[in-house]
Amino acid sequence: MSTQGELRPARLSAPTRKRLVHGGLIAVALVYVGTLVLAPLVGITWAATRAGWHTWSATFADPTARHAYVLTGVITLVTVVVTAILGVVVALVLSRDLFPGRGLLSAVADLPIAISPVIVGLMAVLLFGTGGWFESWFSARGIRILFAVPSIAIVTLFICIPFVIREVTPILQELGTEEEQAAKTLGATSLQTFFRVTLPNIRWGLLYGIALSTARAIGEVGAVVVVSGLIAGQTETATLFILRAFDQFHDETGYVVALTLAMVSIVLLAGIEIFKHREEKELSR
Amino acid sequence: MTVNGSVDTGVASGIKVRHLDKHFGSFHAVKDVSFAAEDGKITAILGPSGSGKSTVLRMIAGLERPDGGEITITGDEQTWVPVQERRVGFVFQHYALFRHMTVRNNVAFGLAIRKERKPEIGKRVDELLELVQLAPFADRYPDQLSGGQRQRVALARALAPRPRVLLLDEPFGALDARVRQELRRWLDDLHRELGVTSLLVTHDQEEALELANEVVVMHHGRIEQIGTPDDVYNRPASPFVAGFIGSANVIEGRVEGDHLRFGNHVMSGAATHLANGAVAHAYIRPIDVRITEDDSNGAYRATVERVNNLGPSSKIRFRLTDGQPLLADLPNEVLPILEAGQQVLLDLRNVKVFESESEDELGALEEPVAAP
Repeated sequence: MSTQGELRPARLSAPTRKRLVHGGLIAVALVYVGTLVLAPLVGITWAATRAGWHTWSATFADPTARHAYVLTGVITLVTVVVTAILGVVVALVLSRDLFPGRGLLSAVADLPIAISPVIVGLMAVLLFGTGGWFESWFSARGIRILFAVPSIAIVTLFICIPFVIREVTPILQELGTEEEQAAKTLGATSLQTFFRVTLPNIRWGLLYGIALSTARAIGEVGAVVVVSGLIAGQTETATLFILRAFDQFHDETGYVVALTLAMVSIVLLAGIEIFKHREEKELSR
Repeated sequence: MTVNGSVDTGVASGIKVRHLDKHFGSFHAVKDVSFAAEDGKITAILGPSGSGKSTVLRMIAGLERPDGGEITITGDEQTWVPVQERRVGFVFQHYALFRHMTVRNNVAFGLAIRKERKPEIGKRVDELLELVQLAPFADRYPDQLSGGQRQRVALARALAPRPRVLLLDEPFGALDARVRQELRRWLDDLHRELGVTSLLVTHDQEEALELANEVVVMHHGRIEQIGTPDDVYNRPASPFVAGFIGSANVIEGRVEGDHLRFGNHVMSGAATHLANGAVAHAYIRPIDVRITEDDSNGAYRATVERVNNLGPSSKIRFRLTDGQPLLADLPNEVLPILEAGQQVLLDLRNVKVFESESEDELGALEEPVAAP
């Protein structure tokens, strides 16, 4: 190979040029990802650890911080459970049933990805705020939606709708229905078929979608900041807590909470990579 | 041997279908299909793709709902019984094994669903894995097996819950030729051993003729003929069957009295059953073309165009004097040395003549011989 390059002594040999181009591209990729992603992460870690042990213990002792963590946890749990179950239902409908409006449903399910979270928040204000379409119905029953926990859950849910649907639908399409038919000829009811055949077949894709959903729910701030009302210890999620910490010049406390959230995301990322890998392996069977 | 001939012979067990009908949208997939699959035997539904044969099988399994008609399995009316309760074993062309389960769990599935006790399931699964010669592979996953092995797992899985009948949908269609032959022989042995009533859907005539006791030939959603392999091969009831089974040269001609005239040839006495003046097609199998020395009783003059030696026999392309091409399949041991351009005399045996129907009723392809 390399001897062929000597036929044109004036220029670099082809393999050398190829190596240079590849090396250059790798360098660009590393610098790009390194500076834009890793540097901030290292920065947060550095800032949070520099804060010292007393800041950590003070932060975790702070009831508003604890409440913020719990609220984020609850919102995330609700979001994940609802988007996972309904996401699989929608994916089944999209992949198995032909009906008029199927394309529209598919497009609408993707909408939350295209809409800015702030706009999602504003839409919620429009529906549940004073004079909103649904406001009177709920306020007549003494249920507070806006500037309360329900609205936070609603906007987070809305934003996380597409993840499971987008991951599971193509897998279901790829799988086809033959395995399910086989299960039925062997005597399995529809429910047995779903839990013993369909669900195990989509499990990695589903987990991948759930991981994406979780990461998004934990990190969501744009829509939540509009609807939450920002009441510390009541409607303040972990991300909102960070915003307030910086607002009030408690930078170190903000860094500590930010680092904990970042660590959760890194664990999720690892999960996402594993799930993606398993899914690809399984589909190739 | 005629259409619907064996429906009312009083088969109490086995499978019986009557007047099955099915549309997919505006496509009439299955048209008034009636036949019976005898208890303990292998019956084959043979037809080209799109003939409706798989739809019939899927309706018998309960995977598809008929628009009309009646399905009986071992004497029980099943037309509206859900698939789960029919107790049929179904083998799919592409295996449809549960990819996330080991071979053992695949085979155990139907038993576990029926909530049989664990030790009994284990025993039955071992028994079946032994039967399909896959015991050493029990803990593998389907993607670690070859195509032939996968289909044997699928068969074991279908047989495990002791189905009343076994339905096979192109079971060897996805396998390469050598494995297909091997598996076909193996299925034949297995069936001899188990004697489970089996209905096999295939487009491969060799498969149908070799395995089945009775063959149901389907075309365009209709049954063309029901009969033994010998019947459908030697006594085709329709031009489609004559062209589809065994592959045939098709020659168009016109009936003149008792004879069929085509080009400048006359096939004497071939068309006694047809009306004078009708347009008809003669079907001649490549193996029924013989080279002869005897010019006396209507031998045909032909030119050798091409000779392909296939080992035990040779495929020879002749051209009759009027330009009609004719393919022959002659055993090499009786074959004189032939060269392109050489003149020979041909004897055509077992010629079947059918009156022309619409073009698509012809079983033969554009080429004079449909590939076997």
